[in-house]
Amino acid sequence: MGMTMTEKILARGAGRESVRPGDLILARVDFAMGHDLTIPPAGKIMREQMGAEKIWDPERVAVTQDHFQPAKDAASATLGRLTREFSHSMGIKWYFEVGQGGICHTVLPENGLVLPGELVVGADSHSCTYGALNNFATGIGSTDLACVLALGELWFRVPETLKFVYHNRLKEWVEAKDLILYVIGQIGVDGARSKAMEHTGEALRHIDMEARLTMTNMAIEAGAKNGIMEFDDVTKEYLDGRAKRPYTPVSSDSDAEYEKVFEFDVEKVELGVAKPMSPDNYAPLSEVAGTRLDQVFIGSCTNSRITDLRRAAAVLENHKVAPGVRLIITPSSHQVAIQAEKEGLIRTFLAAGAAWTTATCGACLGGHMGVLGEGEVCLSTTNRNFPGRMGHPKAQVYLSNPAVAAASAVTGVISHPGEVLDRMPAEIR
Amino acid sequence: MSLPKVVRGRAWKFGDNIDTDQIIPAKYAIYSLDEVELGKHAMEGVPGHETWAGGVARGDILVGGSNFGCGSSREIAPVAIRGAGISLVVADSFARIFFRNAINMGYPILQSPQAAEAVEEGDELEVDLEEGIIRNFTRGDEYRAEAFPQFMTDLLKMGGLVPWVRQRLEERRQRAAVRG
Repeated sequence: MGMTMTEKILARGAGRESVRPGDLILARVDFAMGHDLTIPPAGKIMREQMGAEKIWDPERVAVTQDHFQPAKDAASATLGRLTREFSHSMGIKWYFEVGQGGICHTVLPENGLVLPGELVVGADSHSCTYGALNNFATGIGSTDLACVLALGELWFRVPETLKFVYHNRLKEWVEAKDLILYVIGQIGVDGARSKAMEHTGEALRHIDMEARLTMTNMAIEAGAKNGIMEFDDVTKEYLDGRAKRPYTPVSSDSDAEYEKVFEFDVEKVELGVAKPMSPDNYAPLSEVAGTRLDQVFIGSCTNSRITDLRRAAAVLENHKVAPGVRLIITPSSHQVAIQAEKEGLIRTFLAAGAAWTTATCGACLGGHMGVLGEGEVCLSTTNRNFPGRMGHPKAQVYLSNPAVAAASAVTGVISHPGEVLDRMPAEIR
Repeated sequence: MSLPKVVRGRAWKFGDNIDTDQIIPAKYAIYSLDEVELGKHAMEGVPGHETWAGGVARGDILVGGSNFGCGSSREIAPVAIRGAGISLVVADSFARIFFRNAINMGYPILQSPQAAEAVEEGDELEVDLEEGIIRNFTRGDEYRAEAFPQFMTDLLKMGGLVPWVRQRLEERRQRAAVRG
C-alpha cells in the first residue's frame, strides 16, 4: 500500500518504513517556530517545569515579534521582552526583531527556512501555511513547543488525507483566496477536522507560490491538521537562492489511500466572500455587493505579500478611499514593505488615503492598529471572522481577496474590482 | 498532578464551533502567563456570556458542541477555562489544537456526542474519568465517552507532557552519563 506525502514525511520523522492514518507516533522535528504570544509560556514551561536548560538545535528555530509588536501596551512590551531574552539566551539563530521580520508565516517562507520534505511545527494555528512548499507543517500549542524546544521531537496522530483536485483555470479577477473560501464553504469549518488537505490538479500550475501559500494558510479554517502541495517548477523557482538547507521533495504514491477525493472545476468559481461570522459562510460577491463598510483591512499572513499589494495598488492607482471609510494596509513582512517601497506601491496607497502600517499581525486578531468597534462592518483580506476576532463581538467581518478589498475601499461598499479598474494587468494577475 | 477519578459539578452548555477567540478574546493574550486573570474572562467572547466566568463554581463542567475550540493555537484557551474553575470539558468533538493542548496540560476532556446532545444547562453531572462514563443526576441518564488512544490516556494520567518530557530528558542524561 502506498503513502501520501503527509504519511511519508511523518514516517521519516518517526524513523519508520511506513505509517497509517490513526497511528500515534513520536517524530523528529526539522524546524520549529514561536512568536511573542507563544514563546513566553513555552520558554517558561520548558525551563521551569520541564527542567531543560537549552534548546535542541538553535539553528532550527525561528522566533518572530509579530502579534502585539511593536508593543501595543506595557503588558505586550513585557511579552516582547521575554521573547527577546529567551531567544538571545538560547542562541536562537533565526530571531526576527521588530522592523526586521514581520508575520511569521511570511517571514519563514521568504527566508527559505521551511523546505520540501520537512516536518515543521509552529506555535500558531496558521503554521499550516508552509505546506505549499511541499512540507508537513502544523500548528501546535505552547506546551507542545516547549517539548519540541527541549527534545526536538513531538507526538503526532497520523491524519487521514483528503485530496482536493482542481481542474481548469481560474477566471479573470478570481484569485486563490476566492477558491479556498469556496472550498471551505463547501466542506465547512470542521470539514477537514484533524485531517490533511492535499491540494493537487492542473489549476495549481497557474497559481504562483504566494497565492498557494494563501490556500494552505487557510487549511486550519476547515479544521485541518495541515495543507500540502506537490513539488513542481513553481516551488523550485521560489526556493532557488532562498533555501537555507538542502532538501528532498516528496510526492504521494499513485496507490496512496485517501479518505475522500473532492474534484473542482475552478473555472466555475466566482469572486466570493466569507460573510460574518464564520469562514465557511461563503457567498458569491454578487450576493453581498453594495454592503456598506466602515473599514477595509488589507493585511495578515493570508493576503498581504507583495503580489497581493501589487493587485491592491493596481486597483487604488489614481483613486481615493471613499468618505466615511478607512483603509488600513499592513504588509506581512519587512521585506514585503521594502519591495513595496521600491515599486512605488506605498506612494499609491498614501495618495489614495490609506493608512500604511509596519509589518505586524495587527488588526487581524483584534490586536492593534485597526481593531473594530461595536456594530462596525469591515471587509478584510484575513483568514478568520468568528465573533470578536477583529475586536468587538458585534462587529461584522467579511473576508475577501485584496483586489475586492481595494475596490470596496474606493466605493465604500462591497464591490467588484472591475467597477474601479478595467483589467488587472496580466503581469501581476 | 494526577487526574481525579471522579468529578462532580453543574453543567454549562455551549453550541457548535465555539472558537478560541470566543473562549478567550485575543486582547487578553497579554495575560498569557496569568491563569487566574485569564480565568476571569473565559468564554467572554460568546455573545450573552460577558460575565459568565463570575458565575462558575469550582468543579463545574463545560459541555460544548462540535468542533469545540477551533481557531487559534493559543493554549490560553484551555488555560482560561481551567482558570475559571471548570474541572472538565465534554464536547461532541474537539478541534485538534485545543484537544492537543488540553491533553498536553493534563487537563481532562471527554468526547461524547451523546452527552453533548442530551445535557442541558444546569444539569448535575458526575463524570467517572477512568471509565469514561457521564452520569446526569438531573435527568437520570448515563452517557458514554469515546475512548482515546492509549498514548493520550497515559499522557493525561501522568499529568500531561511536562512529566513526560522530564522523564525523557532524564533518560538522555543517564545515557550521556553512561557514555561518559
